[in-house]
Amino acid sequence: MLCVERLVKQYPTGDTALRGVALEVPAGQVLALIGPSGAGKSTLIRCVNRLVEPTAGRVVLEGEDVTALGPAALRRARRRMGMIFQEFALVERLSVMENVLSGRLGYVGFWRSWFRRFPPADVEEAFRLLDRVELTECCDKRADALSGGQRQRVGIARALLQNPRILLVDEPTASLDPKTSRQIMRLICELCRERKLAALINMHDVGLARLFVERIVGLRQGTIVYDGSPDGLTPEVLTTIYGEEDWAERRRGPGGEEEEPEVDEQRLAGLT
Amino acid sequence: MPVRHAAGVRVWQRRARRRQLLVWLGWLAGTLLIVASWQGIAANTMWNFVWDAPAQGADLLARMVPPRWAYTGRLWRPLWDTINIATLGTLAALVPAVPIALLAARNTTPSAVLVRPAALLLIVSSRSINSLIWALLLVSIIGPGVLAGIVAIALRSIGFVAKLLYEAIEEIDRAPVEAITATGAGRAQVVTFGIAPQVLPAFAGISVFRWDINIRESTVLGLVGAGGIGLELQSSVNVLAWPQVTMIFILILATVVVSEAISARVRHAII
Repeated sequence: MLCVERLVKQYPTGDTALRGVALEVPAGQVLALIGPSGAGKSTLIRCVNRLVEPTAGRVVLEGEDVTALGPAALRRARRRMGMIFQEFALVERLSVMENVLSGRLGYVGFWRSWFRRFPPADVEEAFRLLDRVELTECCDKRADALSGGQRQRVGIARALLQNPRILLVDEPTASLDPKTSRQIMRLICELCRERKLAALINMHDVGLARLFVERIVGLRQGTIVYDGSPDGLTPEVLTTIYGEEDWAERRRGPGGEEEEPEVDEQRLAGLT
Repeated sequence: MPVRHAAGVRVWQRRARRRQLLVWLGWLAGTLLIVASWQGIAANTMWNFVWDAPAQGADLLARMVPPRWAYTGRLWRPLWDTINIATLGTLAALVPAVPIALLAARNTTPSAVLVRPAALLLIVSSRSINSLIWALLLVSIIGPGVLAGIVAIALRSIGFVAKLLYEAIEEIDRAPVEAITATGAGRAQVVTFGIAPQVLPAFAGISVFRWDINIRESTVLGLVGAGGIGLELQSSVNVLAWPQVTMIFILILATVVVSEAISARVRHAII
């Protein structure tokens, strides 16, 4: 479905963010990209829809070489890639409905969008999505009147209204509290399953990634250093991804003796 | 380094010694410049006139009061012209200012090498010429009257509005723009959905602010024949009709106070 081939990105400042990344995502697979800050996760995701122009390599989406497209064809290709952002990236002074409908901008002409005369079918679908993310009553509120979790659900609805084949998700939970983070991750994964979408999710929170996704790719300094199931994330693997750290460390009780080891998964999921 | 070691104690100073010295030298140079300038001004002043000033001022003031209230009837029409010059001039400036700002802002310009400098040049040339001078030129080109005033105000305001607007555009949050781009939206749609909502409050504030300034500027445009209350002011001064001049001042003051109140209220409502 999505095929990334020998992708290289060098910024004009000389920093090399990606050093020949190769990755294949089959249809319907939800994949988490983990790695330390600066490993190139965000760059990789942005190279896929060319918000960042890759220096070398190819991105192939459903057989089409995205890296070779001209401006108009690129816009058409972007419609098939929904994007969800860390700080939600909503247009704060627009209403929730306008934000969701902006997911259709790739399909609707300029004047229609200027006068907000979106086709009735689009509006109908927007309402359905707002129902699905439980924000129907908020549709006339301004986006900056919502809480973090609500904003992210607007962001999700906007991405889905594009009718995408794949979701590119950049740190969806980094600005959210632990409980909302889990709800948002659950929602994204459920929606991917319902609509048979593939997803590429950047994550800081290893525990959360383990809970929700079927495949994890570890990135370090622009190179893939791990690609496998969540169960394979042993302390050794985490060390290769993130560097030296005592991954098995447990909280010490007041008397100095070690407490009962908690289930690793839950402990990590609680940390955000 | 601001930290020195003296007798085993670390002494911290705000600036290193050399820097401190430079700061003092700067102040010294500034003071000397002011003293020298003052001497130059004093040498070129006819002090007899200056010593005379309080008496002259009191004399003028005495001739200015009481204002000639009856004169007001003839002022409404030119005052209305003045307000129209300011309002229409501002509106006419907003139309070209928006695209110029988009071309000048670093994050929206199509070409930072070719288009941006051209847009900046437009802005600078519009700003560097006072509306009174624009009016002077325009009166000789399109003849005296309100139209020359409107165009003069518009030409001066384009640069002002475009400059403040492009600065606002450069300060927007990039994330929504990225998000709108990622939906597959075209360039114009990115501007209207991603950028416009973010700069709309700034744009409204700038426009009202400029209108407020233009009310004041348009009161003097009549001095060069570009219509409005300035025409009456000039003819009154020419015939030494000081009570009429006072009356005009009072009306201008009232208009400015009202326009300021309106613009304050509008800005408050937007933010």
